[in-house]
This record gives sequence, C-alpha cells and structure tokens, in this order.
Amino acid sequence: MDIVLQQVLNAISLGGIYALLALGLAVVFSIVGLINFAHGELMTVAGYALFLGVLFAVPLPLALALAVAAAAGAAVLTERLAFRPMRRADATALLLTSFAVSAILRVLFQNGISARPKPVPLPPALSGTVDLGPVHLGAVPLASILVTLVSLILLTLFLKRTTMGRAMRAAAEDFQVLRLMGIRANRVVAVAFALSGALAGVSALLWVAQRGSVDPLMGFIPVLKAFVAAVIGGLGSLPGAVAGGFVLGITEVLFQAFLPEAALPFRDAFVLSVVIAILIWRPDGLIPAKSARRS
Amino acid sequence: MLTVTDLSVRYGQIEAVRGLGLSVAKGSVTVLLGSNGAGKSSTLNAIAGLAAPRGRIEFEGSRIDGQAPEDIVRKGIALCPEGRRVFPSLSVAENLHLGGAVHATGDELAARIEAELARFPILRERYHQKAGLLSGGEQQMLAIARALMSAPRLLLLDEPSLGLAPKVVDQVFDLILTLRDQGITILLVEQNAERALEIADRGYVLQSGDLVLSGTGEELAQSDLIRQAYLAG
Repeated sequence: MDIVLQQVLNAISLGGIYALLALGLAVVFSIVGLINFAHGELMTVAGYALFLGVLFAVPLPLALALAVAAAAGAAVLTERLAFRPMRRADATALLLTSFAVSAILRVLFQNGISARPKPVPLPPALSGTVDLGPVHLGAVPLASILVTLVSLILLTLFLKRTTMGRAMRAAAEDFQVLRLMGIRANRVVAVAFALSGALAGVSALLWVAQRGSVDPLMGFIPVLKAFVAAVIGGLGSLPGAVAGGFVLGITEVLFQAFLPEAALPFRDAFVLSVVIAILIWRPDGLIPAKSARRS
Repeated sequence: MLTVTDLSVRYGQIEAVRGLGLSVAKGSVTVLLGSNGAGKSSTLNAIAGLAAPRGRIEFEGSRIDGQAPEDIVRKGIALCPEGRRVFPSLSVAENLHLGGAVHATGDELAARIEAELARFPILRERYHQKAGLLSGGEQQMLAIARALMSAPRLLLLDEPSLGLAPKVVDQVFDLILTLRDQGITILLVEQNAERALEIADRGYVLQSGDLVLSGTGEELAQSDLIRQAYLAG
C-alpha cells in the first residue's frame, strides 16, 4: 500500500516538475516563437544561486526566493542581450541563438564555478518522511506537489486577472494587434522571459531537492524532457504544457515502478513509444495552441 | 488633421504603395477605395506604424512616420484592422480591457468600457463569452469598440463591412456616421464603394499602389472610372 501510494506521489511530483518546465518553454514560444534550449541553464543558475545561498548561510526562505529571482533575472538578461537583437530573425536562427546561449552559460559554469557537482544540503525537515496515519510518504515529493500546485494557481491568476497576464495571452494570439492597443511589445516579451525564468527557477529548486546537488549540466535532461512534454501537450499551448508534463512524468514513473527488472534499462524506449503513440493519435498535441503568430 | 506626402510602402521586392499623397480633414469621413492588393491596407498599416513607410506622415502638425504602433496610438490614432482580429480565446471583457489598459485606469477605464457597452448593447450580453465564439458582426462591433477604448481622435477602419450580412453592414455604416458626429475623424478602407461613397466627404482611389483618382464622395460616385470598376452591374 505504502509503495503504490508512494509511486503515485512520485509520478505526480515528477510530472509537476516537467509541467513547470514545459510551461516555461511554452510561455516564451507562444509569444516570440522561440524554443529556448537555454532554459536548462536557467535552472542551473537557480541551482547555483541556491548553493551559494546555503553556503553563505542565508535563511532558507530567502535563499529559495533569491534562486528563483536569479533565474528570472538571467532569463531577462539573455533576452536583452541575445534574443532581442534576433527578434526579426527566423525560427531557425532563434533556435541556434538559444543553443549558443546555452553553450556559453554552460562553459561559464564549468570554468567559473566547477565542473563537479556541488552538494546542496537539505534542511532535515525535507529529508525525512511524513507520517499520515499508517502510511509514510517522502517529504520531498509531497512538498514538490504542493509547490507545483501553488505555482500553477499563481500563474493562472496572473494570466487571467492582471493586465500584463491578459496581454501575454493576447500576444500569443496576435502580437501586432496588441501593439495597436498601445501595449509595449518589448515589455510583454521581457515579462514572458522573466516568467519563464521564474518557472525554471522553481523547477530547479524541486529538482535539486530530489538530488541534493548542482552541476553545470543539471538542466539538460529535465529540459529535454520538458520539450517532449511541451510537444505532446501542443507546442505553445499553456494548458497543453501542463497536461504534457504530467502525462510524461506519470508515464516515466509508472514504467520505472512496474516494468519487469530485465526491461528496466529500456524504460525510456517504452516512455518514448507512448510519446509516439500520443503524437500519432493527436499530431498537434493533447491541447493544441490556437495560433502561433510571430511578432 | 492627417497629411500623407509621397508615401511608399515596400514588402521586400514588392512596392505596395508608391508616392501616395492624401489628407484627412478634421471631423470628416475619408474613404480609400481600390481592388485587392491596391495598397489600401498597407497605407493604413503605415499610418498606424505596423508597416515601415518612406515618405512623410503628419498628424496634428507633427511627424509620426517611422514611429512604433505603441506610440502612434498614444497620439490619438487607432486602427481597427482588416479581418477584425479580436483575441479569440479572451473574453469580450478582456478584449475591451486590453483596448484601454494603457490609456486609462481605474474608474476612467471602467467608464470607457461602460460607454462602449452602451454603444454596443450586444457586447453587454456577450460580455463574459470568448470573443472567438461571437458572430462575424458581433466580432466587428467588438473590434471597433476595442479600438475606441483608446479614445482616438482619428479612427482608421480597414474593411469593416467585409463578410457581414447586409443588415449588419447597414449598422456599421450608421455607426461610422454617428462616430463622425461625435467628433471622431474617420479614414475608411472599403470594398463596398457604393455604400462608402454615400457617407464619404472625400475619397481616394488606389490602383496597384498608385493614386489614380481623388475628389469628394459625390464627384467620385459620378466618375466614369468608379462607375465602370465598382458600381456597374
């Protein structure tokens, strides 16, 4: 009983991380048509910010907030320095720019900090289990699900209730007309990147909490997964990103838990078969985006 | 109020507008006529800042050519684009709100929305529905209301009657006259030459990017070119 429940929790918590990452990709893609492969490095920025915060004994809540802010700041900075000058370029040029940004940041981490993993010690409260009557559940997956839920609620409120949030939804449908309303394109794009960075930051915290360390390449695998999640959800669609993230995370954990021992090395092949099946069934993704006009 | 001198608009190799000159008098309805691809929309887009123009565009005595659309709308020019282009997954309320968001806040913004709902009662009924679910006529009303949210002194209307039922077309033309009577200057692009010239104070006819004819609405309605090209049959 414990084990099944624990696996379900793991599945939901991993799905939540993928969902947040895929959302970060989708927010930017829906507005500027960029698939930002430097998204993983934004996670890494948050990871190192947390590492430094813990190292200098900054109170944990502040260190967490600083880590998220660092990722958001880094996202805005990459937009300003790398992507804005390329705004009028085509999708391929934008994609290559994001590879370049990603490579530069990785080298900076490797040479500026260390190529080896740096430990990020967790507070004792997170390393134990939570006892709910007869069942004992891992604290990290529980906290992770809670954080994902709160993030999704905050994001929804932002997109539905604030002018900037509405402007971002409108920009995804028709950026030109939004500019005709007087809403500054540069500001919308900057906020999209900040939001995307913050989402990468939050996912980084959850990722680091599971692994207990940061390294220069830590963002690569999760963002690759998030990209798959964004595609099966429907590239550029925010609800799709969430759906795709959960589907992918849950599929991975279920195969991990229930495949026979001999088949376990091939887990990813099973997962990707499910991905292919989904894309054959729904080529535009689970919840396709309505339009992906470019600015 | 608006003076356009020697305006050219290029898209890559294609010159959509060549050396166009026109002027729009304050409080008038001015009509731009021409067939598809004549350069009418390109002209409006250049005035609103969506297309990069060569030449000179002056509004209320100061140059606006080359400025960003975000700045031009702040000067008092609103474009209601061709094909309505409402934000389909946003509600009517959200569309209107975005239309006015940078031009008014708080009570003033609420008052402007209320004024548009009074002008277009159908939008009040549909207030919380997604704009994409409205009928073509309702979407056109929403697009015009959204453009009016910035309280423009000059309203650029690009084919507002396109694809609408005759009864709704009547409403649109009545509305244009009402807006003019309320002091909003109108520059209208239309395919429906007959109806447009009925309400026009002045008209310009474009052909393949060149200005070929201009005059008062009445003069144009009587001209051979217009009678043959647009009104015949």
